[in-house]
Amino acid sequence: MAQAVAAPLRRGFLTTLRHDRWWVEPALVFVSLSLFFGWLTASIVMDWGPFGNYEVEGTHLLSPVFEPTWLTAINADWKGAWYLSPAFIVLIGPVPFRATCYYYRRAYYRSYFLSPPACAVGDVAPSYRGESRFPLIMQNAHRYVMYVALVFVPLLWIGAIRSFHVPGEGWGIGIGSVLLALNAFLLMMYTFSCHSLRHFVGGGLNCFSCSAWTRARKRVWDYVSLWNEGHRFWAWSSLLVIVAVDVYIRLVANGQITDPNTWSRF
Amino acid sequence: MNETVNVRVFRGDAESGGWRDYAVEVEEGQVVLDVIHRIQATQAPDLAVRWNCKAGKCGSCSAEINGQPRLMCMTRMNLFAPGEPITVAPMKTWPLVRDLVTDVSFNYETAKTIPAFKPRPPEADGFWRMQQEDIERGQEFRKCIECFLCQDVCHVIRDHPANKAAFAGPRFFVRLAELEMHPLDTEDRLELARRDAGVGYCNITKCCTEVCPENIHITDNAIIPLKERVADRYFDPVRWLGGKLFGRRRP
Repeated sequence: MAQAVAAPLRRGFLTTLRHDRWWVEPALVFVSLSLFFGWLTASIVMDWGPFGNYEVEGTHLLSPVFEPTWLTAINADWKGAWYLSPAFIVLIGPVPFRATCYYYRRAYYRSYFLSPPACAVGDVAPSYRGESRFPLIMQNAHRYVMYVALVFVPLLWIGAIRSFHVPGEGWGIGIGSVLLALNAFLLMMYTFSCHSLRHFVGGGLNCFSCSAWTRARKRVWDYVSLWNEGHRFWAWSSLLVIVAVDVYIRLVANGQITDPNTWSRF
Repeated sequence: MNETVNVRVFRGDAESGGWRDYAVEVEEGQVVLDVIHRIQATQAPDLAVRWNCKAGKCGSCSAEINGQPRLMCMTRMNLFAPGEPITVAPMKTWPLVRDLVTDVSFNYETAKTIPAFKPRPPEADGFWRMQQEDIERGQEFRKCIECFLCQDVCHVIRDHPANKAAFAGPRFFVRLAELEMHPLDTEDRLELARRDAGVGYCNITKCCTEVCPENIHITDNAIIPLKERVADRYFDPVRWLGGKLFGRRRP
């Protein structure tokens, strides 16, 4: 028997006819991003306390948050006149790269901006102009920070490869050095799967077959397109691993745990 | 094996309306559109619903099933757990005509504003030639059946109807991307994409991609490349300077 109950056409924050658990994903993303980026923010300035050391003495095990170490040298030159954490270098490349990343935009627009919190769930804002106005129009700068982020790929690999060598002991392998290599690999894949890079290498072309140069770019574009399909995976895995490696190396560097490796014969 | 399910369908028009519950017998293999047809046949002959092919190719039977924009003909009833409430509502983004039928003319009017394909002159023998690798991207976009589910779910106009004057929506970014990437096309639509179609309004939340029944990668393959092309033109001073100095055109 039919009966009238309610109208489905009204709009408003969180208004939806969905009755699945649509809130789980934005909630998980909110908690995860807050934890990971919260830790990384703390890590940038944390060179004191029980987790203050970020480099294992006598080895090349250095937290990737502090790679490269140029600012360490600058601090030494200035003899403490003005302290700048070596990890501030990440603020000019990796941090804005992630902040303007097309995947992370999807994640934080949903989880933090609630715009919208989930598909077919009411938007929080009474009016909306998206990325067509300042400040969000600055997201178009993603390509520039991508260029900077590309520089960090070889730097992280250099750091990872160096960690397989201990001065005076020679080459070897340990959990820390494997983790650093994994971190460099994941960050490389995250960078190489970038949407802006995909456009840069060939996506902007209309004719792939027009010359040997455009055909070569098409081949690179095919690879980046393949990796781009997993951009979300690379984004999350690289973020998780950089936090995990930072925590691991700090635990080793501060004596809470021992790094199993060939130099100490495990 | 037949079973009886309770389906809640919106009945009414823009002035007034509400939910009506129907107990309907469902057979194995049926889809939501079958259930709506059975309600029409047995309980509510005046129930308005738009449909045509019943094969997921005409894009007519778009609706919101349990709050999710979907094609009724492609939503199988065994998707729902036994006893799970099932609601069928019209698309929220468009003016309601009656029951499950909405006025989607916004989309046809928007389509008229996009300049048509304009090929370069043919080769000496009077033919145009293209390589498969050059048109593969556009072929994905041509799968679009114009169901307008992506338009319906897009929060830019779904939650902010005032934006309809400044935002074309995902379906038309797919169309713009298809034309812009075409190896033979000579028309320039980037100013249209930026200013009139409002690609900058999109904040990449990917709902359009999630609801597309043709699994077109709307955001990754159409909207983001279009945003990048707009950035090339309007937000990249290095490219702008390079274009001025060397006068290079996109091949």
